[in-house]
Amino acid sequence: MQDTVNREQDAADRATGYRMEARQVSKIFGTHKALDGVDFGLLPGEVHALLGENGAGKSTLIKILTGAYQPDGGAIFVDGEEVHLTSPLQAQTYGIGTVYQEVNLLPNRSVAENLFLGHQPTRFGLVDRRRMDREARVLLKRYGLDIDPSSELGAHSVAVQQIVAIARAVQLSGKVLILDEPTASLDRDEVQRLFEVIASLKRDGLAIVFITHFLDQVFALADRVTILRNGRLVDTRRLTELSRTDLVRKMLGKDIAFSGSTSLEAERPPTELLLDFKGYGRKRSVRPFSLAIHKGEVIGVAGLLGSGRTEMARMMFGIDPADEGSVTLSGKPITVKSATEAIGHGFGFCPEDRKADGILGDLSVRENIVIALQGKLGWFRALNRDEQLDLAGQFGEAMDIRAASLDMPVKLLSGGNQQKVILARWLATDPAFLILDEPTRGIDVGAHAEIVRTINRLRDDGMALVVISSEIDEVVAYSSRVVVMRDREMVAELKGEDINPAVIVQAIATHGENSEFEAEVTA
Amino acid sequence: MMRIPLARLVNTQTIALVGVLLLNWILFPGFFKIEWQDGRLFGSLIDVLNRGAPVAILAIGMTAVIATKGVDLSVGAVMAMAGAVAATLVVGGYPGWVAVAGALTVGLLCGLWNGALVALLDIQPIIATLVLMVAGRGIAQLITEGSIVTFSDPTLVFIGTGSFLGLPMPVVIALALMILVTLAVRKTAIGLFIEAVGVNRSAATLAGIRSRLLLIAVYAVSGLCAAIAGIIVAGDIRGADANNAGLWLELDAILAAVIGGTSLLGGRFSIVMSVVGALIIQAMNTGILVSGYPPEFNLVVKAGMITLILMIQSPFAGRLLTWFGRNRRKGA
Amino acid sequence: MSILKKLALAAGLATALSSAAMAADGMTVGFSQIGSESGWRAAETSVTKSQAESRGINLKFADAQQKQENQIKAIRGFIAQGVDAILVAPVVATGWEDVLNEAKEANIPVVLLDRGIDGPEDLYLTSVASDQVKEGRVAGQWLVDTVKDKDCKVVELQGTVGSTPAINRKKGFEEAIAGSKNITIIRSQTGDFTRSKGKEVMEGFLKAENGGKGICALYAHNDDMAVGAIQAIKDAGLKPGSDILVVSIDGVPDIFTAIAAGEANATVELTPNMAGPAFDALAAYKKDGTVPPKFIITESKLYTAADDPKGEYERRKGLGY
Repeated sequence: MQDTVNREQDAADRATGYRMEARQVSKIFGTHKALDGVDFGLLPGEVHALLGENGAGKSTLIKILTGAYQPDGGAIFVDGEEVHLTSPLQAQTYGIGTVYQEVNLLPNRSVAENLFLGHQPTRFGLVDRRRMDREARVLLKRYGLDIDPSSELGAHSVAVQQIVAIARAVQLSGKVLILDEPTASLDRDEVQRLFEVIASLKRDGLAIVFITHFLDQVFALADRVTILRNGRLVDTRRLTELSRTDLVRKMLGKDIAFSGSTSLEAERPPTELLLDFKGYGRKRSVRPFSLAIHKGEVIGVAGLLGSGRTEMARMMFGIDPADEGSVTLSGKPITVKSATEAIGHGFGFCPEDRKADGILGDLSVRENIVIALQGKLGWFRALNRDEQLDLAGQFGEAMDIRAASLDMPVKLLSGGNQQKVILARWLATDPAFLILDEPTRGIDVGAHAEIVRTINRLRDDGMALVVISSEIDEVVAYSSRVVVMRDREMVAELKGEDINPAVIVQAIATHGENSEFEAEVTA
Repeated sequence: MMRIPLARLVNTQTIALVGVLLLNWILFPGFFKIEWQDGRLFGSLIDVLNRGAPVAILAIGMTAVIATKGVDLSVGAVMAMAGAVAATLVVGGYPGWVAVAGALTVGLLCGLWNGALVALLDIQPIIATLVLMVAGRGIAQLITEGSIVTFSDPTLVFIGTGSFLGLPMPVVIALALMILVTLAVRKTAIGLFIEAVGVNRSAATLAGIRSRLLLIAVYAVSGLCAAIAGIIVAGDIRGADANNAGLWLELDAILAAVIGGTSLLGGRFSIVMSVVGALIIQAMNTGILVSGYPPEFNLVVKAGMITLILMIQSPFAGRLLTWFGRNRRKGA
Repeated sequence: MSILKKLALAAGLATALSSAAMAADGMTVGFSQIGSESGWRAAETSVTKSQAESRGINLKFADAQQKQENQIKAIRGFIAQGVDAILVAPVVATGWEDVLNEAKEANIPVVLLDRGIDGPEDLYLTSVASDQVKEGRVAGQWLVDTVKDKDCKVVELQGTVGSTPAINRKKGFEEAIAGSKNITIIRSQTGDFTRSKGKEVMEGFLKAENGGKGICALYAHNDDMAVGAIQAIKDAGLKPGSDILVVSIDGVPDIFTAIAAGEANATVELTPNMAGPAFDALAAYKKDGTVPPKFIITESKLYTAADDPKGEYERRKGLGY
């Protein structure tokens, strides 16, 4: 009986024809399910795009496929045989190679050495340099590179280095090639060149996984796409079956109804003008935009990862200051050249990456709450311990922070409570303008609701807010207006009835849909 | 109410210090004997304080630097430079206070240089301060032309060997500096900012802390401390020994800070405990001297003791202790 | 001229204008010095230069900054320039064969100064160095002669643990006092050849020996440690030079000040004039082919209060100690 099942299963495996397959893989970090029963099949001779916002589980899946992580559940198959990948090196022996955005080769060694490092052709036990260079030249020609194999790798452009990295990975592995954001630091011509290489590898029957933030590149290159969201599989489709809008919708939330609810906030009459950005931009970061923000207003910012939404927030807060345009605060022109200056103007900023830019992990909840206010007061007007406890107690309570003690290290709190601590930190400075970058990502439902409630409350109290979020429903619920970012440019400002999920998704996806691919990647 | 400050004084550092002192007493029964002689206190315990003072002063500045997730390898070389400058000035006929001011200025400039490399150019502290560690001693040798510049200026000699209220001047200076810097960081927000920058510089900057300015200030203080230590060491031997003054003392200062509980990963720090750390190191040195063991054992004994102390302080030992505690309670 | 004369005198060279020296006139000699890591080294450099000048030798000087590769480079440079002879103070003992063979093939005699090398003796003409064991012996003998049959407990400040001069100077001293049962070394610690460690260790000795009352004499492996220790003895309320006898080695200027002040008793000179005997040997060799002995040992002269310490200080202070 069992035998029959197995045989049937085997037959099914062969029928799928997957070169590599992940079946029901899960990965748990602590209590957080980074991957939850995800299926992923990779056919020979296809380019398979893997899409998802931050935290969707893309990188976890990639690390499982390359052996850097071991799954907590599910199984991996190569050519229908189950394999246990223990390290990227061992995965190579199964034919799986990876190329990362940051080329991790040796820039001060020759191109040929980089191609053959670890398995150089030898003669009498010594590296046969001449043969190595000769073989390298042949290999490079196949990739359309006519460069001197004995030249230093670092002397070549990133694109060439990228192609060398691909050549090395294919040379070593040869079945599956995983490209993790290979185009992120390339210009248009270089992307073209890389795409030609990928297309020819595809013709040779290689199975290629392609990860990128650029939707245009997905449509230009990929045959199929797999979309992940919050650690779960949303869909795997042929791209010919999928419209651009559908794709964005799947990435941002499977439940967005096209009829969509319109924001209640949109009806509110405009109040006093607080901030007026005019032609505000930063070279190679955010194209100039104009935006007026009123008191008691939430500006929702929608856009995919890499669209320039975070860059806009950092520019507004002076971390990466604008190099063109102007801004006025209550009618008076101001400059915002550093976070300190921004805080002086009454700004606050909850960064996207809580751990890297937000919390001071080893310091106490109390210190984490008072730090921005203390920063504002300066070096010499120190809040004493009682004042600190008062403040931390007051704002901790207002944010409903669940901590055993205000003196415990903040790193021991849950993600949601950490986020509340950072909000409390800014509220303690009594800001007029608050920028929140993905304030609800990766936190539990209760904290999520608390933060949305807080956003509403602050808006009603007359604060101006800019809230960046990938949660379209959420953006719709609290925004007075929504701006849409795409390719580092503000492409739409939606008001009134336009603030509904359908329009927002349309704006993210359709703008420039008809334009040529080449025009897109110049951004 | 009384229990809190007492409890705060009982920790692994003070226990280790008492332990080392008791060990010295076992090896040399006269260790705790203190006499009044020529208007000053005299005894092995005073030697520990007096000889430990330069490293303690270095450790005061080093602790602040380490708390910002940095390190200052240049302090030994800055000591040599400061001593060389002070000695050369008094030999050149300038009054003692000018020599002191000159040496302090050199220390301050060195600290500003290190701070600028770390804060403005974002060079890793270990590399940034390595520059002066290597170059500084060379500069000191250039100043003294490779020889020991001997002097008898009363101001410098007093700083190195004088006494105040019976205590050697180096001890008085170290004590004053410890209190001053502790007040400066704890009665202002500077201490909190140092810890914030050390824990997460990016987050601290986003919270509005002027982290670059803070880093420069911290390295400048470290440079100043090194200069003070350099003046003391030169005054002590009435000469500036560019080749040997402060040699390897940066490592002792780092060790003192680490024994004092400051993590090399930045964050929490205690100036007072670092000074205790410096005294632990010196108590071991003095203990070795009075014990009469052959010098071949010096480094082995020192290394063994330090390993022991660091093991006692390690999180593993902490877990082991709680485990034992729990089991004992269970057994009882 | 007066400076020259003083320098020549300072080197203690009586044979400055001997016939051999005259023969050296016009010779070009390359000198590869280790560096200037100590005052004695700086003095050796300046004495070598003055010795060359007084003999009319054209000296080409190269400072290796503690690196053997720099010394090898300098020697190759000298060979290429076709010098008449080469002086080397080798920074390490090994790795000289190739470059010294090159000098030999070019018929350029090489004289080693101050330190030896591991390698065939035919690679160099001669070596000029002091006898460190003898230095220790002279210091010890002075103590034996001074205390006669009185009991004397000695504390010893060693050089850096494991260094050759520390081992040899300890050995020589112990040999000299071996016959005197009344003299015993009661404590011996390293002061790393530095003034501040010398002072610190002496403080420890004094505490450990009942405030120094039991100590009869201090033997320091170099003068710098002795100078530091003298301050420690004074701080302890004792009189160095009378309560505790002080004998050390090197003959740096500051120890002569101490001897003049009665705070130190004796020093054994390690002469910085290694070049004088070397030039003499070279001149004789060039003149009539006289092959010098393979090892020329410099004099280890004892200086006490009777030897005009003030004058000795004056003669040395300009040499770069």
